[in-house]
Amino acid sequence: MKRVKRVTRVTSVRAVKGAQMVLSVDADDRAARGRRGQAEGLTEGLARVLVMALFGLVLLVVLFLASLVLGARPVAVSTAVEALFAYDGGLVDHIVIVDYRLPRTLLSLLCGMAFGVSGALIQAATRNPLADPGILGVNAGAAFCVTLVVGLFGVQSINVYLWFALLGAVLVTLCVYGLALAGGMTGEGMTGGGMAGGSMAGRGGVTPVRLVLAGVALSAMLGGIGSSVTLLNPQAFDAMRQWSIGSVAGRDMDVVVAVAPCIGLGLAIALMSARSLNAVALGEDLARALGASLVRTRILTLVAVTLLAGAGTAACGPIGFVGLMVPHVVRWLTGPDQRLIIPMVMIYAPILLLAADIAGRLVLYPGELEAGIVTAFLGAPVLIALARRRQAGGL
Amino acid sequence: MRLLSGRLSFRLDGRALVILLLLLALIACLAALSLVSGTYPIAFADVLRALAGKGEDMVRMIVVEWRLPRVALAGLLGAALGTSGAIFQSLTRNPLGSPDIIGFSAGAHTGALMVILMVSGGYYETALGALAGGLLTAIAVYLLAWRKGVQGFRLIIVGIGVAAMLSACNAWMIREAELPMAMAAAIWGAGSLNGLGVEQLLPVALVLCVLLPLTFVLARPMRQLDLGEDRARASGVDVNRIRGLLMLVGVALTALVTATAGPIAFIALCAPQIARRLTRSPGVALCPSALTGGLLLLAADWAAQHAFGVQLPVGVMTVSIGGIYVLFLLLREGRK
Repeated sequence: MKRVKRVTRVTSVRAVKGAQMVLSVDADDRAARGRRGQAEGLTEGLARVLVMALFGLVLLVVLFLASLVLGARPVAVSTAVEALFAYDGGLVDHIVIVDYRLPRTLLSLLCGMAFGVSGALIQAATRNPLADPGILGVNAGAAFCVTLVVGLFGVQSINVYLWFALLGAVLVTLCVYGLALAGGMTGEGMTGGGMAGGSMAGRGGVTPVRLVLAGVALSAMLGGIGSSVTLLNPQAFDAMRQWSIGSVAGRDMDVVVAVAPCIGLGLAIALMSARSLNAVALGEDLARALGASLVRTRILTLVAVTLLAGAGTAACGPIGFVGLMVPHVVRWLTGPDQRLIIPMVMIYAPILLLAADIAGRLVLYPGELEAGIVTAFLGAPVLIALARRRQAGGL
Repeated sequence: MRLLSGRLSFRLDGRALVILLLLLALIACLAALSLVSGTYPIAFADVLRALAGKGEDMVRMIVVEWRLPRVALAGLLGAALGTSGAIFQSLTRNPLGSPDIIGFSAGAHTGALMVILMVSGGYYETALGALAGGLLTAIAVYLLAWRKGVQGFRLIIVGIGVAAMLSACNAWMIREAELPMAMAAAIWGAGSLNGLGVEQLLPVALVLCVLLPLTFVLARPMRQLDLGEDRARASGVDVNRIRGLLMLVGVALTALVTATAGPIAFIALCAPQIARRLTRSPGVALCPSALTGGLLLLAADWAAQHAFGVQLPVGVMTVSIGGIYVLFLLLREGRK
């Protein structure tokens, strides 16, 4: 009796997981799979995700090494490994690796993850495919503070901007959250009739539509003030046209050390809240019925987005396209399960940023093109091609 | 309301009507304020006399030939932006939808930057470059998103991709240029009405005479599309054709504004949202959006000229005013 019960439970769990997997495959695949039964579908679907994950990890290691050895001054792989484990301050190659290439490689890795995961979280929380990590005002806050610091105090070093950018990002996100909260005491009103996200808005608290609108409005306002300052102050304009492109070059190890704890904490929260985000995606009532706390999930998600996007933007400038694009592509691969999406984004977002940084060093050799520009040119064609090929599902 | 013995009928909502009249009154007040103020202040009575074709020659020249065209342009261009924003938000069913999603603004910016930075073109060359860049981009996005019809989500994704590439390109061009040239290009990029006059007003008014009536013919099928594709089809709407037409009109309206005054930001995004909250309508509506857009651009243009002692590009003001107003609405809704 006991054994029979356990068997039924196992099959039912499998059936649920199988159903999630099936969502990820194309229609004709699905028809074929239906004949073969769901158990096989499960293993095949999971196997595909595992293969992609392994492939991604190998690619990541290869790119990591490539990022250390390639550039205006190519270095042999053996020398690079030597520089990491037996550093000799007298050798120019070692200095190039440890002082210049290692920080930017680590920064690409960390910030790639940060932008990607914050994008995945914000798209899941607002259920809006146009949402990028900057939508809560992170970019605007960071840019505004950098503008003021350069325009009013004439600060020039990126290593100093960092702190002001981080401060601005956090302050503005708090303001956006406060405004959405103040606007969210009652239910109706903002819920968009026929608009995406309308279904998520409802009783009390901070709803996604309010958050998005508050973020966009505050960003616009700060952007307007910021551009008045830059249009009247050539020095600030010059600094901002550089900063707003987004780059991982020219930052030293202190920057990496400063943002690493923020990003680590943000990633941990993201991984922990993946399960309840799945429940939230089913709609408020079902989520509540499943025992997920909506308020806690939303607050945790926002904290994670602020930490990740704030730290990433402070360190590299606004490279939000990584966070906009990679979650879409990963979602088409894994299906809607956040427990798969977030780890896969953590693998593939840094791949995009690392590849962009390396390509930027080679394309204008021996000059360089910023990662912020190359990211768009590497990522956008992939995004468009996949959007055309797939049964491009929404959120 | 029924006209022509019931052949032309439409629904009138009491609240919406009051709001529309209120918006019109506000527009009139702001227009009067803009005509009165300037480095040479003119009394309101003199303005009225000048408009009627009487009064001193000098005052008449200032009011009718300098200030009036600019005021009219601000109102018309704002209305065009509000309408195109309403169209795109309805089409994509997304409150963040705006003509930007089809890549028009990014493409127009690229075209204008090329003209300004490479051949240092003047006003008309820049307008032409922006128009060409924007239209080419919009066509490219539409074709890339076309697979047996254009579906909202695919259009958004393709638009994001193309716009990202073009903006990266723009940022790079601005970075590479000489600082003064880059700043001139940035002022164009913010959108400005400075220096515009009667020679721009006439073509704008003519084009709008064609586009706006066309838009209001499309308003009813657009509302049916709001109910969802299947229901619209069931009630006899040719979905793909209407969607194509709406997009065409939306892009044409944006193109008109961009070519005349540069890509004035944010009005297309916030005017439909503000109008929807004012009229408490369930979806975005065209007429209130158009009036809200006109009002916003008038207010922004007045502030850009007179509020800070320096002539700022109007685009800098639209984002601030629009942003503050959206925040105000959010807060007020919270207190109710």
